[in-house]
Amino acid sequence: METMITKQSAHTVTSKYYKMKQRFSALMVYIILILICMICVYPVFWIFVGSLNPGDTLYSTSVFPEKLSFLHYKELFQKTNFANWYKNTLFICFMTMILATFMTVNTAYAFSRFRFKGHKSGLITMLILQMFPPFMGMIAIYILLLQLNLLDNFWGLILVYVGTFVPYNTWLMKGYFDGLSKSIEDAAKIDGASHLKIFLKITLPLSKPMITFIAINSFILPWMDFVLASLVLRSSEQKTLAIGLYEMVKGKTDVDFTTFAAGAVLVAIPITFLFLTFQKWMIEGISAGAEKG
Amino acid sequence: MSQTQMNIKPQKIINKAKISALLSILFMGMGQMYNRQYIKGILYFLVEWYVILFFSKTIFHGLWGLFTLGEQPQIVKGILVVQQGDHSIFLMIEGILTVFLIIIFLLIYVQNVRDAYQTGLQRELGKNVRTFKESLLHVWENGFPYVLITPTGILIVFIVLFPLVFGILIAFTNYSSPDHLPPRNLVDWVGFESFAILFKLKTWSKTFFGVFSWTVVWALLSTFSVMFTGLIVAVLINSKHVRYKGIWRTVIIIPWAIPQYVSLLIFRNLYNGQFGPINNMLVSMGFERIPWLSDPLWAKISILMANLWSGFPFWMAYMAAILLNIDRELYEAAEVDGAGPLQKFRRITLPAVLSTTAPLFIFTFAFNFNNFNVIYLLTDGNPANVNYNYAGHSDILISWLYKLTLTHGQYNMASVVSIIIFIIIAGISIWNLRKTNIFKEVS
Repeated sequence: METMITKQSAHTVTSKYYKMKQRFSALMVYIILILICMICVYPVFWIFVGSLNPGDTLYSTSVFPEKLSFLHYKELFQKTNFANWYKNTLFICFMTMILATFMTVNTAYAFSRFRFKGHKSGLITMLILQMFPPFMGMIAIYILLLQLNLLDNFWGLILVYVGTFVPYNTWLMKGYFDGLSKSIEDAAKIDGASHLKIFLKITLPLSKPMITFIAINSFILPWMDFVLASLVLRSSEQKTLAIGLYEMVKGKTDVDFTTFAAGAVLVAIPITFLFLTFQKWMIEGISAGAEKG
Repeated sequence: MSQTQMNIKPQKIINKAKISALLSILFMGMGQMYNRQYIKGILYFLVEWYVILFFSKTIFHGLWGLFTLGEQPQIVKGILVVQQGDHSIFLMIEGILTVFLIIIFLLIYVQNVRDAYQTGLQRELGKNVRTFKESLLHVWENGFPYVLITPTGILIVFIVLFPLVFGILIAFTNYSSPDHLPPRNLVDWVGFESFAILFKLKTWSKTFFGVFSWTVVWALLSTFSVMFTGLIVAVLINSKHVRYKGIWRTVIIIPWAIPQYVSLLIFRNLYNGQFGPINNMLVSMGFERIPWLSDPLWAKISILMANLWSGFPFWMAYMAAILLNIDRELYEAAEVDGAGPLQKFRRITLPAVLSTTAPLFIFTFAFNFNNFNVIYLLTDGNPANVNYNYAGHSDILISWLYKLTLTHGQYNMASVVSIIIFIIIAGISIWNLRKTNIFKEVS
């Protein structure tokens, strides 16, 4: 204690210099943070303002327009099939979420709680399969869907999404199930509860956080996907938002930029909201996933 | 007394079990009938008859198609198709499906033999044979996991496994535009010829190695830049000078919350060479316009910057969580010893962070290696490169693959490239997994 005091008194000589230095570094930290925040916010702000600009083109879009107009939102629904794309995307994402979560939970539970023939080889197969980019099977998926008459059909796309999500999600979910204590389940088994009852009444309620993560992820991934959608959906009524928006900015010209901006805002809002609500779980889920491969 | 029994038993056991197994090998269900499980036996028996009666032709045709990929080319006179030839690709698909069916049938067959053998054993041990009702009950009780996984199994076989097998097989054919496109032409098996072309033919090998090296550079730089920016920002917010840490974090997390394809398309507009706001700003400040997306080097830098923008907030949030877990006392002890902020960062923060994030780092690397969206939505792989086969300057392997498949019909080359990508990614993933005990978990 005494040595501390002497040390501090030694500091008082230089304390003025020390304080200055502290203030200076605080100032620097704030300046850097403000710069970073500006960079983070600028594109978002710009697209938002762009969608409210009275002009049509990219060039005439100004960051601080003199007046705001909702014209482009109106145009978006009148000139393009935007409402339809939105409906399609919602349908695809919702169905993918339900199916993928259902299958993931079932499969993961089977692999976590039962030892059966093919247990080990099944797990390793899924581990290997989730390493393949869905791309590798692209041509085949295309031809397969063509043969089954599922090309340009939402169900074809939904099945492809579910098939590619399940192996990876199953590993995540199985890891979570493995971590749950089995003592309650064993007690229920002794009391004569059936497999199905144990699964529904005990395991599922305990796994809510992970199930939520997988459900949200299975909703967001198709919402963000561009490649598979562009491969499977071919006609203009069947487009998803991703394809529709991409085609709006594909040309080199700056026409219709503001319509795109309005579309981008409407696409981003729900997902941004979902993300901000569940961000903590997203981080946990992704880092858990990285440890599993 | 008991000893004599012991002496006789093994001999007899092997006999009855072996006889039922042999009978079941001979024809499905025979062993079961020998064991007096008549209903089960008849069901197995009918399965094999059904396959022989109705499927033998399909099976032979499927295998023939898979081996030959068709023998009759399309005959065209003038502009009229005189005879529809064999469609090699459809034959190949039928062939693969046939092989899948055969495998399923063989699995049932093996199950039938094993069942007969085991019932034979039971009989020898003097136990009662299960009645059909009891068998059903047994299946119901032990079958719960199978009920759970069957739908997933079917889906994975058709949506993931089947396309993969098909994709891999394509690499060993000459399926490509313009001379080997069904239904006009037949496709043939060519062995490793496509691999040889990719590595030996100058135009192809130049493209491959060019695109490949940019892919590796891109994957490394994008991962490092995102991770370290995230770490630095997290450390900055974490510093004792900063107040209202939550608000800073929420603002900075915004780019992560925007769907990535939307932000990429926004950046495509921001980077617009003629009309984009960045160049407008530069011009009004008296600088030259920068060819963000039309110059090879600038295009690559632009891609990295856009990726940094949308990627670092996640790492910031992730790093913040790790920083919270580092023992405060370590820093206090270091301060007492007179360590400055930089030293504290290098000696305490960095080692702690690196050891925790290694798996996620490798995961991100593997992900970026195949990050199609960033490349395709920003630049379409452009600017064009005249020295490359079907690839632009900023194309990575996966976007080159996309172009080869969907735009240029070079299916065999695309398939070879995808096999190479898989070997790389699988290598990285397995190496990553070996460190995390996952294989022990399986066994």
